[in-house]
Amino acid sequence: MNNNLKNANSISDELREFINKWKNKPGNLIMILHRVQEEYGYISKDIVLELSKILNVSLAKVYGVATFYHFFKLEKPGKHSIAVCTGTACYLKGSGEILEELERILDVKVGNTTVDNEFSLEAVRCIGCCGLAPVMTVDNEVYGKVDKKQLRKIIAKYKQTEIATQST
Amino acid sequence: MTELTLDKFEKLKNELKSRQENNNNEVIISAGTCSIAAGAKDVIKVFIEEFERNGINNIKIKQAGCMGLCHVEPTLEIALSGMPSIIYGNVTADIAKKIVEEHIINKKVLTDYTQDRPANDIISEKQDNKSEQKQFRIVLRNCGIIDPENIDEYITRDGYSALKKAIFEMNPDTVIEELKKSGLRGRGGAGFPTWMKWNFSKEVESEIKYIVCNADEGDPGAYMDRSTLEGDPHSVLEAMAIAGYTIGAKQGFIYIRAEYPLAIKRLEIAIQQATQYGLLGNNILGSDFSFDIEIRLGAGAFVCGEETALLASIEGERGMPRPRPPFPAIKGLWGQPTIINNVETYANIPVVILKGGEWFSKIGTETSKGTKVFALTGKINNSGLIEVPMGTTLREIVFDIGQGIRDGKQFKAVQTGGPSGGVIRANYLDTPIDYESLKELGSMMGSGGMIVMDEDDCMVDVSKFYLQFTVDESCGKCTPCRIGGRQILDILEKICSGTGTKDDIEKIKLIGQAEKSASLCGLGQTAPNPVLSTLHYFNDEYMEHIEQKKCRSGKCKKLVTYSVIAEQCIKCGLCARNCPVDCISGEIKKSPFVIDQPRCVKCGNCYSACPVSAVSNKSEAVLLANH
Repeated sequence: MNNNLKNANSISDELREFINKWKNKPGNLIMILHRVQEEYGYISKDIVLELSKILNVSLAKVYGVATFYHFFKLEKPGKHSIAVCTGTACYLKGSGEILEELERILDVKVGNTTVDNEFSLEAVRCIGCCGLAPVMTVDNEVYGKVDKKQLRKIIAKYKQTEIATQST
Repeated sequence: MTELTLDKFEKLKNELKSRQENNNNEVIISAGTCSIAAGAKDVIKVFIEEFERNGINNIKIKQAGCMGLCHVEPTLEIALSGMPSIIYGNVTADIAKKIVEEHIINKKVLTDYTQDRPANDIISEKQDNKSEQKQFRIVLRNCGIIDPENIDEYITRDGYSALKKAIFEMNPDTVIEELKKSGLRGRGGAGFPTWMKWNFSKEVESEIKYIVCNADEGDPGAYMDRSTLEGDPHSVLEAMAIAGYTIGAKQGFIYIRAEYPLAIKRLEIAIQQATQYGLLGNNILGSDFSFDIEIRLGAGAFVCGEETALLASIEGERGMPRPRPPFPAIKGLWGQPTIINNVETYANIPVVILKGGEWFSKIGTETSKGTKVFALTGKINNSGLIEVPMGTTLREIVFDIGQGIRDGKQFKAVQTGGPSGGVIRANYLDTPIDYESLKELGSMMGSGGMIVMDEDDCMVDVSKFYLQFTVDESCGKCTPCRIGGRQILDILEKICSGTGTKDDIEKIKLIGQAEKSASLCGLGQTAPNPVLSTLHYFNDEYMEHIEQKKCRSGKCKKLVTYSVIAEQCIKCGLCARNCPVDCISGEIKKSPFVIDQPRCVKCGNCYSACPVSAVSNKSEAVLLANH
């Protein structure tokens, strides 16, 4: 899904239309930031600069809001986002070990992106599938009752799709 | 769809009801987030294909919300006239094919895969044979039964009839009177009487008022609100409209976590359909009452579950709490009177209005009326979304509904209230649950996360987990929470790494009390609860960590000694390959591997790498005791 993301240097026409729709509504900033992230995968500096001008709010305010909320990313994520749930049920059932194993397999620390830009690894708050704990997601796909022994296989699946799309 | 007036609404409802009575052949597939993660989409595909292949066209295939049987997802129910309704669990594509062949075509129930119905239906009042139902579904009355993306199904089951009743047969005072009679209290955790909150806002004179629904379910290990919204979004919309009518508000906001895309989608569809029917928008059902609802997304800040922080977030600001009073009921969103209730509280309201406050008040205990939804998870056999009358005991929940602990392990504790709550030990399992009894035990009702722990869980580690959470989530505005939480966490880390002292326990208590009494909002005021409560009930475990440098469950890595159990070792060498300090030696296929203890950095890589679990992680003290 991340392949369809647009270049985050300037505001696209669709985004501008969305902003215009929300511009005069009070409390619009968070909704607009969500839309920005949806479109580009993260909230880039260029966009924030432009946004603060269009909305006529200070750069400090936009930055303050964007950094307060965990959901907003200010760094460009990898092609695939791996998120391991660290809610209580998943934690008790070993999500810590899953994270460590992923760090080892991908050779990346949690919260970062692999050198080849393929995968970002995140620890996330409860995604509400506690009945399937421990749970992880890759892009929008949810994997339940994950065993650390399956991890290499799961990751390989995403590497392979990459190769497959390249060859076609 | 056209806008309905009162007469047209009644006509539509009757039509829908008779249509349903004439044809109720259905396959209802649970399709909430967890069922989809478990494979519900594949199952749906099989049914569509098989029906087409076999020319079956008189049975509806329907996606519904959560049935509550999380441990056997994907689940589905088959209702065919002339046969009893049957619920199947753990349905794979293959089993789905079998169900079509055997159950649907040959009319034979596949008994190997059937599941018991979790609760009776209070709307259709059709009862199951089982008289001893522990669960009672008011909030979840439609979840797993209706298609949440079809407003007609909600209307068929008396949906929007409560709103109609409020507008045309009641006035704001009688609505509040009914709520008062019901005894309904806020389900977000604190348990404030709902009627009182509504009455405060009603009494304030103001042109503009707001209704807010708190769907920012941030408690890790809880998914009651997500399931309610995914399974029955209209119940919340209807209740918000009733609230708007009662206090004189025209605008509602649902503040929902961005992490719940399916719930958001279903809410958007629900709002759109209700607006098309004229059940939201201008002049609802032809009356002079108008009400609109807008969705606002949260962005992953736990503190925004606190009502004043939530309001700041809707206003587009950093989600930091404000001092109370003034309470939001008097001065809330953009300074106007605002009612904030959580999803579960709202979902109760249409039933209170339709069946009456008196009916509702007969369920539950003296001080806590109605039911409570819990997300029962952790080390339990049947994890699930459950709804029980207040006053049900923890034992009934854990051992009857939940069917006890997994893998034959010993029950240790149950945690309620998430990062704001505490643990309850085995000897209190017979306590009937209500707001007061849980508080007395040092825990709280909270929003409904209920996490069962077994002998393998370390209570110091669990407290550290919760503290880490609240420290990360503290907004940093007030000192007791920002610094107090950090200090307690540092001490817990010390204890978990074997350098804690007895004085540390006193320090935790002192700082904890200060943080509780001096913090600005609910987050800080309750953040020390998990550690204070485990200190109270499991003091011995803390003392073991401090005095004997031992973690009996093997969770605290620094207190653990990793060793290869020679008899179980398959000599594959994976442990040695994963060791960052090369302290594991042995010969592949020839001799079992051995860890050189003085050089071991206790990273645990070998423990995770071993394919046959031949690396032990028991504390040194435990190992010695076993020899």
